[in-house]
Amino acid sequence: MQVARPITLSNLAVTRGDKALFAGLNLTVEAGQILHLTGRNGAGKTSLLETICGLRQAEEGSVQGVEAEQLHWVGHKNALHGALTPVENLQFWCGSVGADAGAIESALTRLNLKAVRNKPLRMLSTGQKRRTALARLLLQARPWWLLDEPLAGLDVQGVALFAELISRHCAAGGAAFVTSHQAMPAECGVVREWELR
Amino acid sequence: MLLHALTSTLARELKLAVRAPAEAAQPLIFYALVAAIFPLGVAPNDATLASYAPAIIWIAALLATLLNLERVFRVDFEDGTLEQLALSPVPLALTVTAKLIAHWLLAGLPLVLIAPLLGLGLGMSAAATQALTLALLLGTPTLTLLGAFAAALTVGLPRAGVLVPLLVLPMLAPVVIFGAGAARAAAQGLDASAPLYFLAAIGVLSLTLIPFATAAVLRNALES
Repeated sequence: MQVARPITLSNLAVTRGDKALFAGLNLTVEAGQILHLTGRNGAGKTSLLETICGLRQAEEGSVQGVEAEQLHWVGHKNALHGALTPVENLQFWCGSVGADAGAIESALTRLNLKAVRNKPLRMLSTGQKRRTALARLLLQARPWWLLDEPLAGLDVQGVALFAELISRHCAAGGAAFVTSHQAMPAECGVVREWELR
Repeated sequence: MLLHALTSTLARELKLAVRAPAEAAQPLIFYALVAAIFPLGVAPNDATLASYAPAIIWIAALLATLLNLERVFRVDFEDGTLEQLALSPVPLALTVTAKLIAHWLLAGLPLVLIAPLLGLGLGMSAAATQALTLALLLGTPTLTLLGAFAAALTVGLPRAGVLVPLLVLPMLAPVVIFGAGAARAAAQGLDASAPLYFLAAIGVLSLTLIPFATAAVLRNALES
């Protein structure tokens, strides 16, 4: 995996519809950092992540240093189809982004989903679905992780596993933007907090 | 990589259809029922039925195609799959094309295959039935493509329902004119190739432009 190149937000303003969410945001995040975005509901955390990964246009200002093929986006929606199994969902994802599907079995095992890997997704619990979505992070090594509420629905063991994955990722030169209403688990290491107003 | 992306999208759509066979069969059954119920409204052995048959079959095909097209991007939009596809290095237009090929194979091609049965059943001559089937083969991809474009325009609306047919039926008028025109020409013993060429041209134009327009509209919907 390449070392993450810094992402710089300069004078960034984002609107959703005709509602201004925030303006004048200046921020640089570098390799090895976890940026934990906090803020009240509706502050624009999700919209900020969407703007960074390129799904949304900034109203003003710019985002520098982002390359689409260098970042993973796990939104608050899991992007998984209920009629397909975790394995089939991830196979489709690998095909659609040109990743190698060979790592699926080991990624699912790593996330403790081995027993349910061939069950239709709609039979899985909320936490298991979330884990399946997070398994994408392990299928292709990309330096930037943009995660919207990754801890939602995860149990204690799942949170610890997530902490281990993200701290290992950052130790290897990766970096992450994470939104979460929960505090980041202590095992994540040093976390930079940023409150969006 | 692009070919692999195309085949994996195709494989996914076909797999989903196999998992929900009742839903996948709906357009075909609807089409056959509409065409079969029409003769019940006219006098027995009415010879004019054969002259209306191409129009009946075309309208039935039109409505059958639009029946589940409204949902073609909706599920992916709502569950977040579309975000992943939009961020992929594979062009979104290509993924859209793959989805629409799958949709046509499942909902368009069966309409073409049973058209001879319906045509002969409604009293059309062999030559007219042949021209009609060929016209459907060339015209149904355009129905799928234009319908999908309208479906993409309405993907962010909570209840699009009848909006897709309202948007797309006027745009489909040329397809019906040339499609039914080919069958009419053949029924009169004339050469049907001119309307068939027009259908082919409309089809090629749609296939060239609409995936890009649809991809752009879907990206726009993600920003709402």
